[in-house]
Amino acid sequence: MDNIFAYSFMLKAFAAAVLIAAAAPCIGLPIVLKRFSAIGDAASHSALGGIAFGLLIGINPIIGAVLFSVAAVFGIEGLRKRFGSYSEIATVIVMSAGIGLTAVLSGFIKNGSANISSFMFGSIVAISDFELILTVILCAVIIGVTLLLYKEIFAITFDEEAAGLCGIPVKAVNFVLMLLTALTVSVASRIVGALMISSLLVIPTAAAMLVSGSYRGTLARSIVFAELFTISGLFISYYFDLRPGGTIVLIGTAVLAAAALLKKRK
Amino acid sequence: MNEEIIRVENLTFEYPDTAVLKNVNFTLYKGDFLGIIGANGAGKSTLIKLILGLLPYDAGRITLFGTELSRVRSRIGYVSQKANSFNSDFPATVLEVVRANLFSSKGLFRRYTKEDNARAEHALALVGMTEYKDKLIGSLSGGQQQRVFIARALVSEPELLLMDEPTVGIDAASVREIMSIIKKLNSGGITMIMTNHDTPALLDAADKLLIFCEHGYEEFVNRSDLSLERVSSILAGKRVHKHG
Repeated sequence: MDNIFAYSFMLKAFAAAVLIAAAAPCIGLPIVLKRFSAIGDAASHSALGGIAFGLLIGINPIIGAVLFSVAAVFGIEGLRKRFGSYSEIATVIVMSAGIGLTAVLSGFIKNGSANISSFMFGSIVAISDFELILTVILCAVIIGVTLLLYKEIFAITFDEEAAGLCGIPVKAVNFVLMLLTALTVSVASRIVGALMISSLLVIPTAAAMLVSGSYRGTLARSIVFAELFTISGLFISYYFDLRPGGTIVLIGTAVLAAAALLKKRK
Repeated sequence: MNEEIIRVENLTFEYPDTAVLKNVNFTLYKGDFLGIIGANGAGKSTLIKLILGLLPYDAGRITLFGTELSRVRSRIGYVSQKANSFNSDFPATVLEVVRANLFSSKGLFRRYTKEDNARAEHALALVGMTEYKDKLIGSLSGGQQQRVFIARALVSEPELLLMDEPTVGIDAASVREIMSIIKKLNSGGITMIMTNHDTPALLDAADKLLIFCEHGYEEFVNRSDLSLERVSSILAGKRVHKHG
């Protein structure tokens, strides 16, 4: 059996995976608890549009993904207010627009299908030095800001009205949370693929919620689960010649199902 | 003279096409306990929201501690009908929930300290919930949850506590316990404003009453001037002479 760490591309893949697995649950936990998981999906579909845009005009696709997913999450926030009690329509509209844009733009890109496909399903082993640096910077921002705003994010996630009454700037913190969601989705598109990003946001959090007894414990365990899924996913995909993104998601789903079954038995 | 805590003058508020509050007036001093009584939709919860700044009023004035709300927000606590609407699967301990209200004394970015945990535990002790501090909030009964939410309001050591139907949807034994805790806090000097559908329980605790009548006017009276029967007749629309 050959040594997986003998290849520099695998070292880069592991470095990026470990960072994203630490960053994704920091955002995944609050958006799941605020019942905004679908926003991750809509942002990731819009990120695909951004990736296509980036490939088309010759900028790094992750930068395109950042721009489009940021526009998507704030577009959703704007549209939600227009639809009142049917606010979930906003998420579907933005998701559809993202897919539509990807379909149109990919028609103008040389080898469009192959390029877009690598971002749809992830291509972590193809990560470039620039993308690794970008991943390091964005993950540091995501982890740093969520740690700095830990008590504010908890208070708003638990009870927005009470948080506002004790002086927390609710709108500003929600703005930051949406911005970080867009960044997480963009940077993670290289790892698990844009179509499966929300699984990295939601599955580790869901599994941790089943086995934790506090908010802090849930956050810590969701990071442990995300690391477990991504690292084992990279190993398994390498030795069994599978696609890393899909393998990571399937391992996460299997662990979540097992945790749910164990909890049910108790 | 006793310290003035809140003064409400000619307060008027209306939803589109419906006047809810019209020229409401009252003043409370340190240690007062105001019970707000009235039928559903009479404007009880709206008044609480106006005092807290959650709704903008159309006319009149609310003065808190002699100044405007934004300067004294940290001196005011609030307990809502959370036991009914609370998401029971939220993964947070009782201590984490209570500690969340310490923001006004901490500010942005600062982490919780051992002193903050001690303050949260002290607030839990006031409502007899210390032993539950590490339990998940969703694993408690409705009455226990509401005691935790009272502790959350108390953790910032408020001088004025507003409570909107804090005992709704809770069993009778827990209601008695909660009302006993609230009366004890009031005798410790905290000024109270409380709405409650359970009129006898509120009459037992309050020393001042704001009664919203069926015919769209309100009465502000001293509790000692009224019997339960008299309150019922006021609720039905018969006026009394105003006091206080």
